[in-house]
Amino acid sequence: MAVQKASKKPTKASRLKQTPTKSDSNFKMVAPKPSNFSEEQEFKAYRDMLDIRRFEEKAGQLYGMGVIGGFCHLYIGQEAVVTGMQTALKEGDQVITAYRDHGHMLACGMDAKGVMAELTGREGGYSRGKGGSMHMFSKEKNFYGGHGIVGAQVSLGTGLGFANWYRDNDNVSLAYFGDGASNQGQVYECFNMASLWKLPVIFIIENNRYAMGTAVSRASALTDFSQRGASFNIPGMQVDGMDVRAVAAAAEAAVAYCRDGNGPIILEMQTYRYRGHSMSDPAKYRTKDEVQKMRAESDPIEQVKQRLLESGLADEDKLKAIDKEVRAIVAEAADFAQTSPEPAEAELYTDILK
Amino acid sequence: MPVNILMPALSPTMEEGNLAKWLVKEGDTVSAGDVIAEIETDKATMEVEAVDEGVVAKIMVAEGSQGVKVNAVIAVLAEEGEDASSISAPIADTTASAAPVATPTPVEAVPAPVVAVPAQPIVVETLSDPDIPAGTPMVSMTVREALNSAMAEEMRRDGDVFIMGEEVAEYQGAYKITQNLLDEFGAKRVIDTPITEHGFAGIGVGAAMAGLRPIIEFMTFNFAMQAIDQIINSAAKTLYMSGGQMGAPIVFRGPNGAASRVGAQHSQCYAAWYSHIPGLKVVMPYSATDAKGLLKAAIRDPNPVIFLENEMLYGQSFDVPDIDDLILPIGKARVHKTGKDCTIVSFSIGMTYAIKAAEELAKEGIDCEIIDLRTIRPLDMDTVIASVKKTGRLVTVEEGYPQNSVGDHIAAQVVQLAFDYLDAPVVTVCGKDVPMPYAANLEKLALPNANDVIAAVKSVTYR
Repeated sequence: MAVQKASKKPTKASRLKQTPTKSDSNFKMVAPKPSNFSEEQEFKAYRDMLDIRRFEEKAGQLYGMGVIGGFCHLYIGQEAVVTGMQTALKEGDQVITAYRDHGHMLACGMDAKGVMAELTGREGGYSRGKGGSMHMFSKEKNFYGGHGIVGAQVSLGTGLGFANWYRDNDNVSLAYFGDGASNQGQVYECFNMASLWKLPVIFIIENNRYAMGTAVSRASALTDFSQRGASFNIPGMQVDGMDVRAVAAAAEAAVAYCRDGNGPIILEMQTYRYRGHSMSDPAKYRTKDEVQKMRAESDPIEQVKQRLLESGLADEDKLKAIDKEVRAIVAEAADFAQTSPEPAEAELYTDILK
Repeated sequence: MPVNILMPALSPTMEEGNLAKWLVKEGDTVSAGDVIAEIETDKATMEVEAVDEGVVAKIMVAEGSQGVKVNAVIAVLAEEGEDASSISAPIADTTASAAPVATPTPVEAVPAPVVAVPAQPIVVETLSDPDIPAGTPMVSMTVREALNSAMAEEMRRDGDVFIMGEEVAEYQGAYKITQNLLDEFGAKRVIDTPITEHGFAGIGVGAAMAGLRPIIEFMTFNFAMQAIDQIINSAAKTLYMSGGQMGAPIVFRGPNGAASRVGAQHSQCYAAWYSHIPGLKVVMPYSATDAKGLLKAAIRDPNPVIFLENEMLYGQSFDVPDIDDLILPIGKARVHKTGKDCTIVSFSIGMTYAIKAAEELAKEGIDCEIIDLRTIRPLDMDTVIASVKKTGRLVTVEEGYPQNSVGDHIAAQVVQLAFDYLDAPVVTVCGKDVPMPYAANLEKLALPNANDVIAAVKSVTYR
């Protein structure tokens, strides 16, 4: 069938800009080769990823101190995904994700103080302490949460894309989800409708290899997640999610494809989380060596750091200065998050209905 | 032997239909499978095929006839060798009655009341809605037309309002509620979805979070169980979780509760389910006026609104105020009839049992006050409490299951807020605590009826 179809009309893959293509199937795209970042891009990527890394390290620390409660899912290791994706967006493009969301919020430009204060459940938090780690939103930054039900954000994100289509603007919606959510039924319901109506949605599957404690191969019959849209005529590509340049190149291609009215596209980001699923996860389902190998060989921040040093764009002192700056911001956020008062008791009954 | 051709039942709830068109005339020969007539129901126009072959001897019901009862003889067919011209009237036999009986419906299925029925029924006066100015001219309208016009008016008013659901566009609505909307508003605003309730409910919520005003139609609320996570976890909670930054102005609507003999999976009332959830509004109209005024209010409401309709009420006509922009307040009950002896609280189709019971009880000198809740959440307890303080007695009526019913909640509230005024225990009339059976007699037993209400009122008035 696939062959017949290919002979009739050009594949989606071939319509994609900057995609050298060739494919095992109609729907398999080859990720564009990452081009070298400019000096400015390198520094921005370094800084943005470091912001997330240091923020998450601090969040982990505060959790250990009992200052942050409940569930807390850290993004450490996956920073290149959201940082790279963000480079292709323009004003009005929407972002939505699940509960491993701190990185996405920072990447969208949300204030570290407001995010950290939400983690501590304080008045100064983005949801005035009523959302917590998993539930934050910013209308101003077009960040739509922050959702705790695995896969639900995919339908909501498709709805955001629907709104763009309805309004006939050229914005796109980015719906992030993991390899675990990729097995949820509603994801496919939305793949179908997004493709049927050509909605401008980029489905970003952050494949970090483990759905909580279940390795991809134990939960997924088809582990090439870029092909999960094949039944719905949605093309997809696998991207090195540890290389921010590769992510940025894929983002640029996917966003252009989507803005042009071609409908949805899937990006499988091959990434890795260093920490447990949540703070209470001892991560016994993988070896320490596996984690150590990823850290040593593929760390997204380390990759940029090496390039900056090797090219002579930065020396250790300069990078240390950046790190110091980032740590200061994170320290300030942590301080704010612990000094901001708890929400007034009256807040219990506000925001239930408008 | 001649064969009677009967008015067919074309849907579970059809009682009568219009004979829109004859496609054969007397003397024509027909074969089995030939289309002989077009029947218009309140849902669709359907073709009727001949089951037997023969000659159309006599057309008994003229083209254009309205309100032809199911099972009425509409034509007589002469079989081969019979003299068609000699047949002028339907034949009486055991298989096709010349005096057809309408399909039973829950309303008509109420068994003969325990009280003797006087020749002249007492007219129970219905109060006018204080939200509708006195002297407003009225026009007769079905609940179906009311819902349809409410959506059309709001879509004309606000370009962000759109409707999405299964068969809402080209099919004109599974229950014709969205009839003609596609023609007027086009495919971008009247959107047929695949059969994927979970997905399109989530897409609707996402679109609402982005500021649009979706109306999501569920073909029945039974199917919305597939989508209940998006309704509760996404639509109802986002405003709170976002500290008021982002909410979901969305209406989920469709028929709820039992229709007629559609079995356990298609016959369930969700009033109590959704009324449990903070962040939702739950509206459940009985009359066409409330259907229209409250649906328009729901569409304009900045919160997620669950709008529970009832298939049995779709075809019922009511006087509806003939005014340009009929908006009624969500969260306000309506006193349908005042009375002094007992308060009956109900909503949606339960009102038909309450009204019928009150009429019968009036003949025995028991004067009931009927409150139509209209909205289940937020619940207008003030109106209920004021009434109970007056009557000292309360019966609630609903079709849902008994445990944790809407009536249970009202009873608990009344006990807490007006205990000293009660002269009798509160009685809750509900559907029976069983999955809905298919068999006609069992279904009748499973649903509440006017007799149950009469018995409940008598028990609390010690009569």
